[in-house]
Amino acid sequence: MASSAHTRPLSDVEIRVKALESLLLEKGLIDQAAVDALIDTYEHKVGPRNGARVVARAWVDPAYKQRLLTDGTTAIAELGYSGIQGEDMVVVENTPEVHNVLVCTLCSCYPWPTLGLPPVWYKSAPYRSRVVSDPRGVLREFGTELAPETEVRVWDSTSEVRFMVLPERPAGTEGMSEEALAALVTRDAMIGVTKLKA
Amino acid sequence: MNGVHDLGGMDGMGPIVVEENEPVFHAEWERRVFGMFLPIFACGYFNIDELRHAIEKMGAPAYLNTSYYEHWLHAYETLLVEKGAITAQELAARRAEIAQGAA
Repeated sequence: MASSAHTRPLSDVEIRVKALESLLLEKGLIDQAAVDALIDTYEHKVGPRNGARVVARAWVDPAYKQRLLTDGTTAIAELGYSGIQGEDMVVVENTPEVHNVLVCTLCSCYPWPTLGLPPVWYKSAPYRSRVVSDPRGVLREFGTELAPETEVRVWDSTSEVRFMVLPERPAGTEGMSEEALAALVTRDAMIGVTKLKA
Repeated sequence: MNGVHDLGGMDGMGPIVVEENEPVFHAEWERRVFGMFLPIFACGYFNIDELRHAIEKMGAPAYLNTSYYEHWLHAYETLLVEKGAITAQELAARRAEIAQGAA
């Protein structure tokens, strides 16, 4: 981060960020260690592997699945995942009859403790605008073809309530361990734009 | 507040672009903007609703033509100046110093 590392002039946005951060540090309003710790947590420690463990547990433990669908926040916290942007979690279950998909039409609300930070496409105008008006079309672009009789439910997240999809367990995974099942679970399936395969 | 941020159902926003193996951050400045998120809130100058409101007030062209973490940066700058944590003059002076030093 030393300025000597730069071989090109800083962009306007880079200058703005450096100016703001250095002023806030100088005034003692923020602490460098706290900034670095937050970056490290969400870049290296928290991500969709957390959500995958929740999903795998729900697949192998019917009582846990029941708790997860009844009180998502508490059931997710059982596995140690909680905190900001996940204070009130609602988990919605995909079945052959119902397919759920998540969006935040107003901005970028997303369940950080279980999925980490959202990908750019989730925060982008094209996804946010279109997934509510043409969800089947959007799903098709992600390679997900739904049967015409399958009901599609689109959940619009808010800063108060964050949703997560419990994907369908793929066929042919009956004998697999919880750990092996977790390895099958992807971020996109927990957003609901894709289905899982064994 | 009704505005361009309220995108649900709006037509003509173009194709959804998915980046394979997308990194968590695309540039060091994005890391810094994200990293300031909780430390700035901890200062107590504003809450999450004010942050989003500041983004919603950016104006449609700016909102659609700037990236996600630029929205956050805009809100930090706007609210911290409005609330008196820093002044616009201090910010402008520091930007000029950094621009000269890096030029």
